[in-house]
Amino acid sequence: MNAPGRNSRRIIRDIAHARAGDKGNTSNVNVWAYDAADFELLKRNLTAERIKQAFPDLIRGRVERYVIEHLQGLNFVMHDALEGGVNRSLNLDSHGKSWSYLILGLEIEEL
Amino acid sequence: MPAFRIGTGAGFSADRLDPAVDLVKRGKLDVLVLECLGERTVAFSHRDRMADPQKGYNSHLRRRMQALLPACRAAGTTMISNMGAANPRAAAARTLEIARELGLTGLKVACIEGDDVSALVPANQPFMDEPGTLADVGMPVVGMNAYLGADAIVPALQAGADVIIGGRLADPSMFLAPLAHRFGWDATDMARMGAGTLVGHLLECGMQITGGYFADPGVKDVANLAQCGYPIAEVQADGVAIITKLDGTGGCVTPATVKEQLLYEVHDPARYLTPDVTADFSRVQIAVAGPDRVQVSQASGTARPQTLKVTVGFDGGFQGEAGVSYAGPAAQERGRLAAEVVRERLSKAHGIASDLRIDLIGVSSLFATAGVSAYDAQDVRLHVTLRSRAKEDAELMLWEIESLLCCGPAGGGGFRGSIVPCVMTKSVLIERERVKPTFTMAVA
Repeated sequence: MNAPGRNSRRIIRDIAHARAGDKGNTSNVNVWAYDAADFELLKRNLTAERIKQAFPDLIRGRVERYVIEHLQGLNFVMHDALEGGVNRSLNLDSHGKSWSYLILGLEIEEL
Repeated sequence: MPAFRIGTGAGFSADRLDPAVDLVKRGKLDVLVLECLGERTVAFSHRDRMADPQKGYNSHLRRRMQALLPACRAAGTTMISNMGAANPRAAAARTLEIARELGLTGLKVACIEGDDVSALVPANQPFMDEPGTLADVGMPVVGMNAYLGADAIVPALQAGADVIIGGRLADPSMFLAPLAHRFGWDATDMARMGAGTLVGHLLECGMQITGGYFADPGVKDVANLAQCGYPIAEVQADGVAIITKLDGTGGCVTPATVKEQLLYEVHDPARYLTPDVTADFSRVQIAVAGPDRVQVSQASGTARPQTLKVTVGFDGGFQGEAGVSYAGPAAQERGRLAAEVVRERLSKAHGIASDLRIDLIGVSSLFATAGVSAYDAQDVRLHVTLRSRAKEDAELMLWEIESLLCCGPAGGGGFRGSIVPCVMTKSVLIERERVKPTFTMAVA
């Protein structure tokens, strides 16, 4: 157990909101800090490497991260990350609309 | 010059109608846009047209036109839509008939064609974004449509159309065209093309910018989502715009709703390709301008691509889906056993093993491949999906799932199953000079 007040069970959803979209077999998820003061924490937590490593069986290709500094936003472009995309995927959510909540569900690691 | 008022009355093929009627009646709009096409929507529409040459346009067209044409005429609002899908000529003809039925004499309906490029693209055409050519797919082509830009729409506006119907009109171009027409923006003025494209991009998904697809109770609460209103952009001659919605409607317009839509389906924010411009959204400024009013500015752009994107649709066979539910103690274990049984029966009895997916809804379905699952669910659903060129495979799968009611694990109930046709889409590029949009005008 962690000491009280350490907040180590906080998740990205506590500090940011997100929306997912699809183009072919590429998913993009944009993520925005609610509070500008949390943006550095968000950037440190959500690196392209972490996203790729968190879901290796789902995200088969490279992950690119675009930073929109003045709006406190990140845009992740995840290649080969939709199980073939809407044409091939047999996932109920063949567009990967719910991928935003994959990212929002990641735990915040205090850095 | 007063602000140009442009609103959205549909953000996809099956979007809501009542808030669109409200928007036209109270919104004092110059233009209403109904964006009703996705890549796969066009392909499905081609299948509809192959089955009946008088079909192949948006299936809600009649209801939409019956409700919106009189309201648009009363308000002096021009309507622009890609509801024509795979058959804009039939869609325009239906619209004229409806206008006459409603007594809207003199209504000018323009039909834009030229997006169907199936005669121009050879079978050995390479894909836009993956290895291979069209011939490698091995499925029958149902249609090919190039994305048409604002330059295909502006001539119909210049001719005074009240209603403009096309097929694969690019989503943001339907918004950019009337702005360029009203303000006299030159197609080579990339700052203006970028600004108008931003307005279109923000509005093209309808309520996705007014609180739709946004609510997350506790962190992103949206007031009166049930009565969510469609968006309006009030656009100035320099392209600066206020995004807002009607008073009294549900939903919200905030910097957060605008941000989520700003990069929706965008990859590099500095290079968003449309038929009109390589738009740059990376320096967009977002500022609160009042309650449910957000100002956007500083979009820009560089030269438009020399090629147009073409969506090629293929007949993709059939998809069957079926399920049975388990609840109470050991529901997960019973559901897992059912999955094993189904897999073995489909494989051994029917030789079906590929293009098959089995999920346990409640435990692991959407996030199954991502490796995220629940461990304490007591109300789960076995869900089986199969895709095949042969409809019989899907029928056999449904039969096997239903049979679980007598020869599967204990306590399974609630069988449902359905089979739907499938499409496959691929993208190729075509030199823009080879695509020649035209419009024809008819008067009710």
